[in-house]
Amino acid sequence: MIGTKTLTDNPVDLYLRADRMPHIWCSGCGVGPSVACFVKAIHRTGLDTDKIAIVSGIGCSGRVAGYVKVDSFHTTHGRAIPFATGLALANPELKVVVFSGDGDLAAIGGNHLIHAARRNIDMTVICYNNFNYGMTGGQLGPTTPLEAKSTTSPYGNCDPPFNLPHLVAACGASYVSRWTVIHPRQLEKSMAEALTKPGFTFVEVLGPCPTTYGRMNKLGRGVDELRAYQERCVVSNGVDPRDAEIGLNGPILVGNFVDLSRPTFWDHCVKIFGRAQKK
Amino acid sequence: MMSVDGLMEGEFFMNGDDACAEGAIAAGCRFFAGYPITPATEVAERMSRRLPEVGGVYIQMEDEIASMNAILGASWAGVKSMTSTSGPGFSLMMENLGLGIMLETPCVLVNIQRAGPSTGIPTLIGQGDMMQARWGSHGHYEIIAVVPDSPQEMFDLTITAFNLSEQFRIPVLIMSDEVVGHMSEKVVMRQVAPEDLVTRPRPAVPPEEYSPYLSGDDLVPPMAVAGEGYRFHVTGLTHDERGYPVMTAEAQDKLVRRLVDKIRLNKKHILRMEEVGLDDAEIVVCAYGITSRVAKRAVQLARQEGIRAGLLRLIVVWPFPEERVRELAAQAGAFIVPEINYGQIVLEVERCAAGRARSILLPHMGGGVHHPETILEAIREAAV
Amino acid sequence: MKLWRKPFDFHEQATAPSKVVLNKDRCKGCEYCVVFCPTKALVMSTEMNAKGYLIPVELPDGKCLGCGLCEAICPDFALWIVPLEAAQKGE
Repeated sequence: MIGTKTLTDNPVDLYLRADRMPHIWCSGCGVGPSVACFVKAIHRTGLDTDKIAIVSGIGCSGRVAGYVKVDSFHTTHGRAIPFATGLALANPELKVVVFSGDGDLAAIGGNHLIHAARRNIDMTVICYNNFNYGMTGGQLGPTTPLEAKSTTSPYGNCDPPFNLPHLVAACGASYVSRWTVIHPRQLEKSMAEALTKPGFTFVEVLGPCPTTYGRMNKLGRGVDELRAYQERCVVSNGVDPRDAEIGLNGPILVGNFVDLSRPTFWDHCVKIFGRAQKK
Repeated sequence: MMSVDGLMEGEFFMNGDDACAEGAIAAGCRFFAGYPITPATEVAERMSRRLPEVGGVYIQMEDEIASMNAILGASWAGVKSMTSTSGPGFSLMMENLGLGIMLETPCVLVNIQRAGPSTGIPTLIGQGDMMQARWGSHGHYEIIAVVPDSPQEMFDLTITAFNLSEQFRIPVLIMSDEVVGHMSEKVVMRQVAPEDLVTRPRPAVPPEEYSPYLSGDDLVPPMAVAGEGYRFHVTGLTHDERGYPVMTAEAQDKLVRRLVDKIRLNKKHILRMEEVGLDDAEIVVCAYGITSRVAKRAVQLARQEGIRAGLLRLIVVWPFPEERVRELAAQAGAFIVPEINYGQIVLEVERCAAGRARSILLPHMGGGVHHPETILEAIREAAV
Repeated sequence: MKLWRKPFDFHEQATAPSKVVLNKDRCKGCEYCVVFCPTKALVMSTEMNAKGYLIPVELPDGKCLGCGLCEAICPDFALWIVPLEAAQKGE
């Protein structure tokens, strides 16, 4: 819970650019709740917000950087992670967060995602996954389930999706979890764990996109999509993320999947670059 | 000789790529992100060895797109940053060069040009990226590009490039070439006095009053960096002074005009050129990079034959020295433009000459440099 | 055998009867708060905000127990809860 509650201001406004509200997201969009969980997670950790930098790419979730009141960067499509890598390495005191969408991070930015995980750069990546490109009107993306409809898969998707937790875990991420926006408490806690853990931490947030993905797949309104998450999700903490594939129907495994310690890129830098300075 | 703080001083015999890296370190660059590519690899190699010695960070990224973004991020964390590449990598960097221009991010991008298109001749020279340097990213913008002609200038102009990028908050391009990058000559290195190193304008107001894109008369807004408590927002979208996105023609007009005008109106602080025998020249050879050294010899030979030839060497090629070329067009009968492409800078010369003097292209498709005799012959023909 | 236990984070989840506060201008009428409220303390009203969305309203019977789920899942940062005691003091 953030601060004292009053009748005039939403407590989360403390961390938001309230002068920019209402935001651009559609009615029922899941990006908003994930941002609310994110700022509550920041509050929970007690991190110094002057030292937090948030970087987003392009798309609906790319707009997150513009609404959170910390140093924030809205960059180009897919390139939030390398931009954040520069920030994190040039000033290791910063807590660098990348908040972006599944298409941005895993398709056009997929190469950067796997390399940042491999390097174990000190960075928290929050991936809002709504299974399609919402901003451009609902095209298939790297996470669209097989058989799902989109404006570019009118007969059903024939393009097998990524299982993102498995992908980043295999690349070496230190922390990997997946929750949905209908699990706000678990999501907030998981984000707080990710924010405070050294190394590359990854939180996948599943959420509704009633305007495009939901409409094209006849999932009903946002509330119906949320109900479907409630019904389909199976909390499976500690499960091997390779088993966490998401189909068009059937169970969705959510939970905190990976939590391990391995030296970060910066740990290696300090040790190995130190050799040059001793000379 | 290396001083206690790891900077090099004295006379060295070294190639242009290495001199460029040393220039960057002398200018205060402490972050380098790159990706190996012939013939620019030596810049990255030297940075990987030298940066840890001076307390900097070197990272080899997964590609040139990532490299360009990483140096933008580092600059926004308050550290001077650089990347180096050649043709194919330069193409990959174009999109985020535009991001650097839009966010007004000081940084330096080195292009050791090789022969293209595509993979071309990776090990041999080209000057075919000159127009790409000007127009390669989408949208309308102005850019600063410097062109060194020697390893010594690789050192000196890299310092200049950092200064210009910090002063005007813009990525600066060093448009070198394979021959200058790989030739070894005497390079005199000096420590740069702190007062000769420019740093970006800094905000003079407390965070609650700060607007990231509110500028004064010089059109260059003061720059806060991450972690200082300013809690600013910057975006590649068209934005207002607060950095907030505004999707209107009016906001677009205001922003693009300022981004362009901050270079156009400050041109006199940016332009640099070398002039040889232009006072009475009837034939002006306009050249840049390694080609200008060949051209200088041709002008000498022409003078020995009594032809009133002169050399205009472009050191800063973008923004283009339009006024000087116009003046010379009024005085001389012809411009001869030798370049290692099929006609790029000649288009600018022709535009500025506006029919008052002839513009003669001497193209070389790349893989080698002009012979002085070729340029001399063109001077002789133009003089008739 | 006892089939339930007190949640480990009970102290964090402790609730108090509360009032739901809505920032009407931000609401986009998605109904998440109405549908997912465990005590059915909210209903959709017939009032329309400036953007043309129908907005929710808290029923007058004071059913809100202060669990905060509505606040957590509101996509528009439009509503939050204030403990009744504080609300009555008009803070």
